[in-house]
Amino acid sequence: MKIAISVAEANLEADVAPRFGRCQHFIIFDLVSGKFDSLGNKSADFTGGAGIATAQMIADSGVQVVLTGNCGPNAYRVLSATGIEVVTGVTGTVKEVIDKYRRGDYLAAGKPSVASHYGSRFGSPG
Amino acid sequence: MIVSVASGKGGTGKTLVATSLALSLKDEHKIQFLDCDVEEPNAHVFMKPVFTESQKVFIPVPSVDEAKCNHCGKCGEVCAFNAVAVTSHKVLVFPELCHGCGACGYLCPQNAITEVANEIGILEVGVAEGIDFVRGKLAIGQVMAPPIIRAVKDIADSNMDTIIDAPPGTSCPVVESIKDSDFCLLVTEPTPFGLNDLALAVATARQLGISCGVILNRAGVGDGAIEEYCRQESMPIMLTIPLDNAIASLYSRGIPLVAGIPAYKISFVELYENILEVVNEGSSSSER
Repeated sequence: MKIAISVAEANLEADVAPRFGRCQHFIIFDLVSGKFDSLGNKSADFTGGAGIATAQMIADSGVQVVLTGNCGPNAYRVLSATGIEVVTGVTGTVKEVIDKYRRGDYLAAGKPSVASHYGSRFGSPG
Repeated sequence: MIVSVASGKGGTGKTLVATSLALSLKDEHKIQFLDCDVEEPNAHVFMKPVFTESQKVFIPVPSVDEAKCNHCGKCGEVCAFNAVAVTSHKVLVFPELCHGCGACGYLCPQNAITEVANEIGILEVGVAEGIDFVRGKLAIGQVMAPPIIRAVKDIADSNMDTIIDAPPGTSCPVVESIKDSDFCLLVTEPTPFGLNDLALAVATARQLGISCGVILNRAGVGDGAIEEYCRQESMPIMLTIPLDNAIASLYSRGIPLVAGIPAYKISFVELYENILEVVNEGSSSSER
């Protein structure tokens, strides 16, 4: 089983990136083999629809869980339609987060954590 | 003749100029006024039109027949606006991001996509003091201004003398508003912001091949940088309106400048004559 973690830099020491749609990279971690890959996010700087495009990429990557800071409604809709569990409110380094996930410390969000464009200059908290 | 009024920077006086220009010409010409600032139309505050007709504006958005779809992903791939996402067993459409270009349906190998109408706003037609008045209004929550602006221009009479109140900025809605104009008035103010955005607006109009001239509003403050820019760029300053509390007071009460201070009418009539001269010179020199 693979999980995706949003990060600013593509290594296990990196902090979890607070935004799903506009993070720079994802760490795709295989919980069975313990191996990981990184996936660059080409959609990070899109003027519109970044969350949807990022979610499409993650849906195509074959992961079953996403761990991230916040996830907006459009990205959440794509991920949940794919059957991917979304965990929001995640902070810390990738290593710490993987350990916590293995211990069962996280619960799936069940809904988007923020409104559209949260964290961008057009965003509103919500 | 079509004269559009744009600015780059918002709040420089586009509507002040457009409404007073239209009202100054209405006795001598049959004028049509188009409020193309569809995100926040406000010319009606000054012109006080009586609307007689209202039409909904739609754009076509994709609707997917899941029975025909094999989830190949082509539609999501070709969408330039990320309005379509394709998962292994469902296509998700985000109508608020759709520009209605039709690429997804056209390129669907399964013919699984049809287009359905998505209402994005309205246009209203009326009359204000003998001036034919049309305004577009984008619905709340919608973001696609250009299709509404196109609808306003489509319903307008292209043979009539027309004044267009354009939106601020220099992006798609402005381009849609001012393209096909014979002349574009660029209203600015003597501030660094006014100058910065004037330069962007001049570049936009030039790119579109539209001759333009500058109106300097709130003149009397600042450092002369606008005049210097206009000299360097050979941009005519066609009218100067001073910074004047009386004008601000009229505007805040919804009274057009030429209604509150009728002496301005002659300036606007002259402005129009000067525009005509520039446009006629341009067309005769290009015929040569």
